[in-house]
Amino acid sequence: MIMSTAATEPLGRMAAMLRIRRFEEQCIRLAQAGQFRGHYHIYIGQEATAVAACAALVAEDFVFTTWRNHGHMLARGAAPERMLAEILGKAGGYAGGKSGTLHLAVRDLGILSTSALVGGTLPLATGAALACKQRGSGITVCFFGDAALEEGALYEAMILASLWQVPILFVCENNTMPPGQRARGQSPSSRLPANRLADIPEALRVTSEEVDGADADALNECLARLAAQVRSSGGPRYVEVHSGRWPGNFLSWPDLPGGEWQIAWAFGQQSDHADLAAWLEQSDPLNRYLRKLVAAGTLDRAQAEAMDERARAEMAGAVRFALDSPYPPPDEAYQHVYAQGGQAR
Amino acid sequence: MKITFAEGLAKALYESLAADPRVLLIGSNFMGLNTAAKQLMNPLVSEFSNRIMAAPVSELGLAGAGIGAAMAGRRPVVDINTGSFIFQAFAQVVNEAANVHYMSGGQTSAPVTFYCLAGIRGGGGAQHSHRTQAMLGQVPGLQILTPGSADDAYYLMKWALLESRNPTVFLSHSLLFGETAELVPGAQMLPVGQARIRREGRDVSIIASSITVMRAMAAADELEHKHGISAEVVDLRTIAPLDENTVLQSVARTGRAVIADECHRRFGVAAEIAAILAEEGLALLKAPVRRVTVPDVPIPYSPTLEAELIVTKERIVTGVLRVMGR
Ligand SMILES: Cc1ncc(C[n+]2csc(CCOP(=O)(O)OP(=O)(O)O)c2C)c(N)n1
Ligand SMILES: [Mg+2]
Repeated sequence: MIMSTAATEPLGRMAAMLRIRRFEEQCIRLAQAGQFRGHYHIYIGQEATAVAACAALVAEDFVFTTWRNHGHMLARGAAPERMLAEILGKAGGYAGGKSGTLHLAVRDLGILSTSALVGGTLPLATGAALACKQRGSGITVCFFGDAALEEGALYEAMILASLWQVPILFVCENNTMPPGQRARGQSPSSRLPANRLADIPEALRVTSEEVDGADADALNECLARLAAQVRSSGGPRYVEVHSGRWPGNFLSWPDLPGGEWQIAWAFGQQSDHADLAAWLEQSDPLNRYLRKLVAAGTLDRAQAEAMDERARAEMAGAVRFALDSPYPPPDEAYQHVYAQGGQAR
Repeated sequence: MKITFAEGLAKALYESLAADPRVLLIGSNFMGLNTAAKQLMNPLVSEFSNRIMAAPVSELGLAGAGIGAAMAGRRPVVDINTGSFIFQAFAQVVNEAANVHYMSGGQTSAPVTFYCLAGIRGGGGAQHSHRTQAMLGQVPGLQILTPGSADDAYYLMKWALLESRNPTVFLSHSLLFGETAELVPGAQMLPVGQARIRREGRDVSIIASSITVMRAMAAADELEHKHGISAEVVDLRTIAPLDENTVLQSVARTGRAVIADECHRRFGVAAEIAAILAEEGLALLKAPVRRVTVPDVPIPYSPTLEAELIVTKERIVTGVLRVMGR
């Protein structure tokens, strides 16, 4: 079921962001407990982007994401228990354990296939947008990180999208590190020698703009407007979302510096982790949005806590489901190499 | 001196940079996600920073720039990172680097090295687990190095950077990083293009390369102790050039061959060795050859599914028992 419509008003958006946050925390806990292996990527600090973008979509639209896909999946309506089961490589996962975290996808939600290759999805998404144009309905949203601009595939895809005028919304989620943090030996996710990345699509006649990834309302306005433009004009749009990198992403493997996110942090309490405290203040869309809603009287602390309780309970249930789900039988490895029926022999 | 595979790599890179000012690093990760092994790169990165190029996520460009610099007289090694990412660079590696010398009628050569952390590493899934030696083996003009030991990691990397005259794909493997070997100071390397008999045996030859070498060695131990079978292990070391002679000589001694290879079964390295044995060594064989390879399916994420496909010590043992008629 596509749940994006529930996230079109403030409380729905807040709840959707909170669900992603609590999901990701559980994911880190499971990894640290050795419940799954391999590299994985966490969407903490970028939740508002997925929620705003998916709120602008309808059932027939397509979504392309990357290795950092958990937030997009949840915002589009994927079931957290089946996602976690997949992340653990279990039979109850969306791909029966074949994809793991890197390639989470749900065909029924218009998430056709998820590539973990930098830049890899841009041509694919452009093709899906071409299909939208051909069939005369729907649009495609393509999420990607800033490093995709380092790959030639991005430019080729954007040239096609512009030339063919296909209905695609390119969403660049720029979470690279500010120079100050790089000096401490942490690597940026991209090293692009451009003054303003959003100028690049403009040169190819793809209208582009920038928005603050920590400002849920601004994102909501921007992505709703751009999606509507793509839908009505049938042509491409590009948006660069700036997110301040969450300190849990500073190292090679995700971590929860300062522990799980606290509702209390939006009510005057401070995290005792210095990096995290600064990030919560400036860059955390969840913290900032909660404060804003409280200040506006939309939500009080008790309601926020009740909302959080629901998110935590849902994710705890998802963890149980994933842990209880069996591993697929070894023979499953041989299934799905080719689609059955009508293939060459 | 005992070194690990990862130490062998770092040492070879360091010594090559020190020995020849034309050596150039395009990208400098080399150790993948292994944070401990990454520390080994620190001395090199601080000492030779002017010959270490920052590498954006631009494999096609990086590979091509490496080829161009090599044609113009430098000796670059391009860090492709995960071996599967060489596909982003295929146009340059396969259709440029490999053809340079031939197309120019021998005027120009491109002594560039592409470093790949290839293979089934555990949880890499379909897009991060490729073994490209067989695919690249179809490209005349490329040299393909597949070290299976710490000493060969060191020697072959040094050879690629300091001596090779041709484009080289160096296939590293993150599951080999902890393997150790004795490095005798001043010792001569076994020439490139020569396979190494890692263990002598009488009953069967196990032909291996890269990650399957250590698994073949473990299988040979078990075969000896549990089954009384004496297995010889041939470490190919390089896929191109391919040392047919050592393989044939080994099989001449043992009369049986099991080929353990991490490529897919169809058109793989094992298929090529089996073809050589069929053409040149049929009279030597007391039993049909057996391939122990990865079945022809993409690599799944789930541990139970992945385990079904990998070339383990146990599967090599089973393969040997089959050719021994047991
Ligand atoms: C073609 C390719 N090259 C390299 C990688 C390794 N890699 C995985 S994530 C990543 C950084 C991506 O940064 P960005 O696109 O900004 O996304 P982020 O992870 O920061 O969200 C790299 C280089 C890859 N997955 N694919
Ligand atoms: Mg990034």
